[in-house]
Amino acid sequence: MSSQVRFTDFKSDKQPTWCPGCGDFGTMNGMMKALAETGNDPDNTFVVAGIGCSGKIGTYMHSYAIHGVHGRALPVGAGVKMANPDLEVMVAGGDGDGYSIGAGHFVHAVRRNVDMSYVVMDNRIYGLTKGQASPTSREDFETSTTPEGPQQPPVNPLALALASGATFIAQSFSSDALRHQEIVQQAIEHDGFGFVNVFSPCVTFNDVDTYDYFRDSLVDLAETDYDPTDREAAKEKVLDSGKEYMGVLYRDEDSVPYGETHGLDADMSDIDHDGAPEGAMDLVREFY
Amino acid sequence: MPADFNWAIGGEAGDGIDSTGKIFAQALSRAGRHVFTSKDFASRIRGGYTAYKVRTSTEKVRSVVDRLDVLVALTPRTIEENMDELHEGSVIIYDGDRTTMADVEIPDGMVDLDVPLKSLAEDAGGAIMRNVVALGAACEATSFDIEHLDSSLKKRFGDKGQAIVENNKQAARLGQEYVQENYPDADLDYDLETTDNDYVLLNGDEAIGMGAIAAGCKYYAGYPITPATDVMTYLKGRIEHFGGHVVQAEDELAAINLALGAARAGARSMTATSGPGIDLMAETFGLVATSETPLVVVDVMRSGPSTGMPTKQEQGDLNMMLYGGHGEIPRFVLAPTTVNECFWKTVEAFNLAEKYQTPVYLAADLAMAVTEQTFEPEAFDMDAVEIDRGKVVDEDTIEDHQTESGGFKPHEITEDGVSPRAFPGTAGGAHMSTGLEHDEQGRRTEDTEMRVKQVDKRARKVETAREREDFSPREFGNPDADNLVVTWGSNEGTLVEALEYLDDDEVDVRILSCPYIFPRADLTEEFEAADQVVVVECNATGQFADVVEHDTLRRVQRINKYDGVQFKADELANDIKETLAGEGQEVEA
Repeated sequence: MSSQVRFTDFKSDKQPTWCPGCGDFGTMNGMMKALAETGNDPDNTFVVAGIGCSGKIGTYMHSYAIHGVHGRALPVGAGVKMANPDLEVMVAGGDGDGYSIGAGHFVHAVRRNVDMSYVVMDNRIYGLTKGQASPTSREDFETSTTPEGPQQPPVNPLALALASGATFIAQSFSSDALRHQEIVQQAIEHDGFGFVNVFSPCVTFNDVDTYDYFRDSLVDLAETDYDPTDREAAKEKVLDSGKEYMGVLYRDEDSVPYGETHGLDADMSDIDHDGAPEGAMDLVREFY
Repeated sequence: MPADFNWAIGGEAGDGIDSTGKIFAQALSRAGRHVFTSKDFASRIRGGYTAYKVRTSTEKVRSVVDRLDVLVALTPRTIEENMDELHEGSVIIYDGDRTTMADVEIPDGMVDLDVPLKSLAEDAGGAIMRNVVALGAACEATSFDIEHLDSSLKKRFGDKGQAIVENNKQAARLGQEYVQENYPDADLDYDLETTDNDYVLLNGDEAIGMGAIAAGCKYYAGYPITPATDVMTYLKGRIEHFGGHVVQAEDELAAINLALGAARAGARSMTATSGPGIDLMAETFGLVATSETPLVVVDVMRSGPSTGMPTKQEQGDLNMMLYGGHGEIPRFVLAPTTVNECFWKTVEAFNLAEKYQTPVYLAADLAMAVTEQTFEPEAFDMDAVEIDRGKVVDEDTIEDHQTESGGFKPHEITEDGVSPRAFPGTAGGAHMSTGLEHDEQGRRTEDTEMRVKQVDKRARKVETAREREDFSPREFGNPDADNLVVTWGSNEGTLVEALEYLDDDEVDVRILSCPYIFPRADLTEEFEAADQVVVVECNATGQFADVVEHDTLRRVQRINKYDGVQFKADELANDIKETLAGEGQEVEA
């Protein structure tokens, strides 16, 4: 079936309500194309979405999906994948969902290295609640709740991921459709937790981190001689606050995903008995 | 009253109290004696004291009593803390060579067995075995065949090698012989007879874990918390043999969300925690319910609020389970009443969760969760376990539940309120699940008509369950008695034993023990037939009493205990007697 799947099969019949020009359109298109390109179809794909503008993505895509509570998308995705390794699991959310309310789960999802992908639509602003500072907003970014700017450094998701033991770290730009799709595709194909931070500009509430800003400042690592399998080089890159990078920043070629280390290879929805499983009486005998 | 015997070992945390106590309890169980254990953290003085208490009889024992016959005291405080329970003829085993025990005074009339536990243990191979020396001494003090202790030691230390087992057996014998040789004239009245009966010995947390495996649960995610941790430790290393998996999550928020993910993937899935974890899980619980996901959430209650008294008994989370969370959503709440019922109600919880596509709270409490009790193995008859997965559709049947354009309807409006369920991977079943109000296909909606239809549909599942399931309470005492005593949770065993005391005083009562908190039986007729109704529970405000008053439009009398200690049979019998005589706690109107 997969050979006939087109990316539009992943589109639902709901029209997105994102603002015209929102970066999330491009982010979603790239996700759908990457899913189709990697041989998936809506019936074997499970999308987990967070809360916020980005969280609406599950509604606009067609697949098995859940739209979770704010900040908890990652553990839901991990639970799905552990219970059915045959599913392609993709978690999608925003910078608030992933790096603020869900920051704790981000660290542990990275450590756990479940074989799934995580696409963060990072617009450095809270859009759905109409323009408050996000964890990735710049230190001097003025908003209604931070009139003098947050006055604290933004979260560095790439460095956080690397410090937490990430096996795949990448960054893309929603407006660079081809590169974005390629990068998400690599995250899907990675054996383990494929993390992609996507610059997905908010045209309504963020007049600093704009399309123009990213076009002018992004350095595409694919156009350099950068080796993403070199962890030391990755350390330098993720801590380089002077530049914005696009491409795969780190990939551990020896990554062993959670399911493999824990021997998870069966679909747990299968229960092949209508009473207690065979051998259950041994559990009782243990208590003699 | 059963001819019971009460034994305890007490000391400081870190003294190996629990494991030693459990070894003795196991030995008694293997000797065909019934056992009911309790953990005594109740300090009258200050923290740090802990004891493992064993009540045993050849007949079934269901509660704790205020009496100690043999006490192994590792600290002077152990004696002080238990002074009220010790009596003339009680045996106290201790090590007078231990600096802190040197000046200990054994009250007149009690049997003083000063045994050099540490040095005898060293003779057997290591000071670490001093508690086992005490167990050997206890065997001698109770005419209990030490071979039963051997068997228990083998079970406990078998995986550490034969040499360790032999050393421990030797340590026990040195304790036994020391008492024989040095206290030939001691007045030791106890004689623990044995039977040929086979019993199993387990606690409520273990019974919940075993019930989960029996029910086909394949996924457990949890975060360690007293007193629910034993559920996770039980499952880890066992559930894998049945195709399952245990995850220790980073917190309770992750635990319930991991469990939710596995449940969406179609696995029978569970998490267990205690009050503070339930608070954290409340938001996701709402999502589980509104996305109609089957999930079992165990709350092993402990004393609250906030951190409360983490190692003490309370049934204070009932309102949280019934009403916790914003908005309105039906959820099921089951409360097992015995360790054995912890097993059966867990099995039932999984079936109810899948049949009605709803989260189920399993409300256990500390008093039965972490203490071991004996049962006939037949009480856990695996052949009687049934699995009902509810309305699951496959590739062949899914067409009946699709729109004309092929959209699957996971929230289809049906007469019984239950919609079809398609596991991910089922062709033609792709759909969205969401915490947003949704239409039949799971797509977000704010349409007023659909909103009302979905709320009504979810509520209808409860009505369907009331029609199809049996939510009757368990009944004890005299069914024709004028006075009715109602309870829930682990108080059942104590109440059943209290009946004997009440009988002695010619107080006749009917007891209803309610394992179904929601949906629950309507007790209006039972209340109308009674002169007085008393509700017994371990909380301060009478949360279950409020609920049944609301159901029956009848004021009840209340017996509430919230000092952190479970009811004792004699004390509860007295409370009931006084309440029925109009001398009980004042009921606030």
